[in-house]
Amino acid sequence: MTEALRVSHPGILTTIQDGGRPNAVASGVPAGGAMDRFAHSAANLIVGNDRGAATLECTLTGPRLVAIKPCVIAITGGDLGPSIPMWTAVELAPGDEVAFAGRRSGARAYIAIGGGVMGDRWLGSMSTNLMCARGGMHGRALVAGDVISTGEWHDPPVAGRTLVEQLRPDYANRSLRVIRGPHFARLTHGSQRDLWTAMFTVSPSSNRMGFRLDGAALEAPGDELLSFPLVAGVVQLPSGGQPILLMADHQTAGGYPVVAVVTSASMPVAAQLAPGDELRFEETSIEDALRARAAQRAALESLTS
Amino acid sequence: MPRRRSTIRSPRIRVHPLGDTAVLAELGTRLDTALNTRAIALAAALKKRRDVRQAIAGHASVTVQFDPEQITLDALAAAIRRLATKRPPMEEPGRLHRIPVVYDGPDLDDVTERLSLTRQRVIDLHVRPIYRAFMVGFVPGWAYLGPLADELVLPRRAMPRTQVPAGSVAIAGQQTGIYPLESPGGWHLVGRTAVKLFLPDSDPPSLFRAGDRVKFFAVDA
Repeated sequence: MTEALRVSHPGILTTIQDGGRPNAVASGVPAGGAMDRFAHSAANLIVGNDRGAATLECTLTGPRLVAIKPCVIAITGGDLGPSIPMWTAVELAPGDEVAFAGRRSGARAYIAIGGGVMGDRWLGSMSTNLMCARGGMHGRALVAGDVISTGEWHDPPVAGRTLVEQLRPDYANRSLRVIRGPHFARLTHGSQRDLWTAMFTVSPSSNRMGFRLDGAALEAPGDELLSFPLVAGVVQLPSGGQPILLMADHQTAGGYPVVAVVTSASMPVAAQLAPGDELRFEETSIEDALRARAAQRAALESLTS
Repeated sequence: MPRRRSTIRSPRIRVHPLGDTAVLAELGTRLDTALNTRAIALAAALKKRRDVRQAIAGHASVTVQFDPEQITLDALAAAIRRLATKRPPMEEPGRLHRIPVVYDGPDLDDVTERLSLTRQRVIDLHVRPIYRAFMVGFVPGWAYLGPLADELVLPRRAMPRTQVPAGSVAIAGQQTGIYPLESPGGWHLVGRTAVKLFLPDSDPPSLFRAGDRVKFFAVDA
């Protein structure tokens, strides 16, 4: 493990994230992990890491980082105005600085470093869980003065490796593709129509656990449900009628009706929504969802050939 | 118009898509020990499959995350129905936890009043059964325990509390539970325990596992 970068400014919320801890869910601990799995994987592959290595997830504003040793980094995901080109491997010399000018689009940028970011491992993952104060940088967001360490890097020839624009997710398209949820039929006819036609706004009380959606209040009358385990992407409907889209750190179980579930290929787009952003839901078929998923996999695999 | 995939039905189990990489397999809709035993056995059997990434049992259901590159949703649903109709192996009795409780919760008087029971009767009814941990989840270390004696069944509080202290012992509906962490909550607080439910430095990090048995006993403050 070697010290690679010093944090001179942390940004609003920059955390160490990897693929999460799916096995902790049986104990009620959120699986967690990077919100935008595509951008996270792409950043890693661009610098020659395993796609599951840990990266820095930067929320709304990026950090300011200074290289301690020569390293290769890539920034992907939302455009927070980085000082280096995005989606491309960039070599840093000791003393070089990476900074972010301000958010242009999207909500979360991912910084991968050759060798992979190293953090505390908790229940099989380095992902930061803020609620439990475990994983990543001692269970907390980065602060000024932190030093980012990396694992061993085998110097693959990656300088200039890039993911071309047409292979990146269309983050500007705010139509999230969804599959009908198990309790869709509980929605009143008016609410079924609203689900497909209304614009929803990501409320200010949204975070890595989930996005509360302002807009049409939906009604799904019926008996109380026994709680069941949930997955990221679920659109659940509490009794108040304000839908919640569950994200990476979601509660592991719940008993509210699930009216829709965002497809795996649309989750990276969802992860780039910030409070105040508008979105709508568009119904899709499982076949189309899997086609979109396969296209994203192929885009990532193009980085390993 | 995308083709709508209807819920796959059989008399015993319903498999609903949860997006393109997960399904919810419902064995029933009641709080029932036999259904929960089947759900836990089904989750364990599914977890052994290479095309299944994760299978977690709910009260009467299993949420299955699968790898769509290895199996289609329809083939997985068929496999789930096949596994679910198999007779589950004789369940090992779950580990028994004995939990000391100080019955002085802020809702105890309200509960006794609403149920027209004495304080002692509420306590006696709460400590009498050996509860089953139907499911662990919601927040780290939380377990849904039950079933509660019929005489203690109450709907949730109309106004949930914004902060419930860790260790609070609570009842709602047919269930009881212990808040592992300070959190919001809508259940009726009847007591408290010093036992730690969430063990972040253990693996697994929860004292209770699905299928465990829990017996409360009253202690003085």
